[in-house]
Amino acid sequence: MATGKRRRLSPGIGFLAPFCLFFLLFFIVPIGYALYQSLFRTERTGLYGELGTHQVFAGFGNYTTVFAEGAFVQSVLRVLGYAVVQVPVMIVLATVLALLLDAASARGVRFFRSAFFLPYGVPGVIASILWGFLYTPGISPLVSIGGHLGLTLDFLGPTTVLWSIANIVTWQFAGYNMLVIIAQLKAVPGDLLEASRIDGANAWQAIWHVKLPLIRPAIVLTTVFTIIGSLQLFTEPLVLQPLTANVTSTYTPNIAAYADAFSNNNYNYAAAEAVLLALIAAMLSFGFLRLVGGRRRG
Amino acid sequence: MTATMERPTTTVHTRQKRGRLSAGPLSTRIILTAVLGLIAIYFLVPVYWLIVSATKNSTDLFGSFGLWFAHPQLLTNLGDLFSFDNHIYLRWGLNSIVYAGGGALVATALAAGAGYGLARFSFRGREAVFNTVLAGVMLPQTALALPLYLLFAQAHLANSYWAVLLPSFVSPFGVYLCRIYADAAVPPGLLEAARIDGASEFAIFRRIVLRIMSPALVTVFLFQFVGIWNNYFLPLVMLSDTKLYPITLGLTSWQGFASRQPLLYQLEVGGALVSVIPLMIMIVVLQRFWRSGLTEGSVKA
Repeated sequence: MATGKRRRLSPGIGFLAPFCLFFLLFFIVPIGYALYQSLFRTERTGLYGELGTHQVFAGFGNYTTVFAEGAFVQSVLRVLGYAVVQVPVMIVLATVLALLLDAASARGVRFFRSAFFLPYGVPGVIASILWGFLYTPGISPLVSIGGHLGLTLDFLGPTTVLWSIANIVTWQFAGYNMLVIIAQLKAVPGDLLEASRIDGANAWQAIWHVKLPLIRPAIVLTTVFTIIGSLQLFTEPLVLQPLTANVTSTYTPNIAAYADAFSNNNYNYAAAEAVLLALIAAMLSFGFLRLVGGRRRG
Repeated sequence: MTATMERPTTTVHTRQKRGRLSAGPLSTRIILTAVLGLIAIYFLVPVYWLIVSATKNSTDLFGSFGLWFAHPQLLTNLGDLFSFDNHIYLRWGLNSIVYAGGGALVATALAAGAGYGLARFSFRGREAVFNTVLAGVMLPQTALALPLYLLFAQAHLANSYWAVLLPSFVSPFGVYLCRIYADAAVPPGLLEAARIDGASEFAIFRRIVLRIMSPALVTVFLFQFVGIWNNYFLPLVMLSDTKLYPITLGLTSWQGFASRQPLLYQLEVGGALVSVIPLMIMIVVLQRFWRSGLTEGSVKA
């Protein structure tokens, strides 16, 4: 242990090593394995594959098939279309809630903050089961109230179900994102606001010129996480699947990959889909970060 | 910054006073409260529906108005829920506690060491390691869960407690939070003094650093606990034995049979309500620490 070379090794590495070991085993190795798997194809010998299977190198064959078949591409386009609507709704709602609570009198703030945050404590599965009941005619008070008002509410229709899913996600995470923004809002120095007030700024100007620029990092952070979340959409549509025929087995990229791996037993193909999804998520996140980063400098 | 961390309550108070100053005239305040109240209805009504529905029998669940009580029988329902299928619900609950509690505990310990190591020691490749870990935060779960399943299947670990526990030990976001917190809160001078006193690096970490970092550690634990408790994809992929299911997976497995066995709708509603309670208690108890940790995460992003 006490050889000259060893002693120069930083103790920092000792503190880092346990985490790095697990990170390597359960993050890096699986990614590498997915990449490797995606380059192969399983061939079955015998008429029904009864003589066993073996792996054949396929190069980018799985990837070209993914693009050629189109169902996966369509699922990606579906979640992108979803994200274009859901991400701004989520972030604007969270920001508005944070600013409202910041401006409200101290009395009710604690209650409202907890009320908005409460759904975050409801797991995605439970939230989806819960809203699933609220969407189902016959059991849903929303549908029955709508009926009394002369409205036919169809939450699970071919065009509406995607937005019903968006509602579940917004309900769950708006309060959480609000809390992240509030945390940063609390770090806005009081004298900065005082100074702007003395300069004659009204409440709106204070929000626009002082608060919003200062909570930018929190907004960027929550936006990136919401974008990643949209691409990964899985639990909510899967739980709603038994309630409606409009959620197909290739509805979102994650559902498609899951179905290809476990229903169609085509791991190689599913691995290619998983790798593509990771690439798209990385591209969008870094693209967004560059976009806002560039504007800040400009 | 250190002072803010140690006394979150006092800071919140002074800041709220600042908010009150800018609140303006009474009419504005009334409108503001009304708007907040309307939004609160959106967030609270589904939970209220869940509570009301958990008290109903199967017939009333479908036959009565959803937002009001009819023949309440909460205790009967809870009895049915816990006794159904040889107390399987209780078992699912315990499984969830094992997965989330065990996973979060180990993840927090690993993240604390890694975060402190990255913050207070310089060595070659430090930033490369940190950036790799950060990239891990953004990784979609499918990219991990599918190959993990294949690897675990080959190691004969799939469909076991370890299949869900082991991947939960890794929290890249926890390392990120711990590094930023240690950077801000652990004074290098204090470490130097302890070293001069002859304390070993590990003793310094265990006796001094962990104590200073405790608010961040609570945050990491809570994040990881909620994350594991809510995770659906990983257990769904890994587990085939219903006895190993966490509560979330168990409840959706009932959904599949409910059209043939209508009692299951009632059990699902009650089961959903009961499963939410431990998480709610935890969030309320630990929210104070959590908020200070959230600031850390967003400030440097």
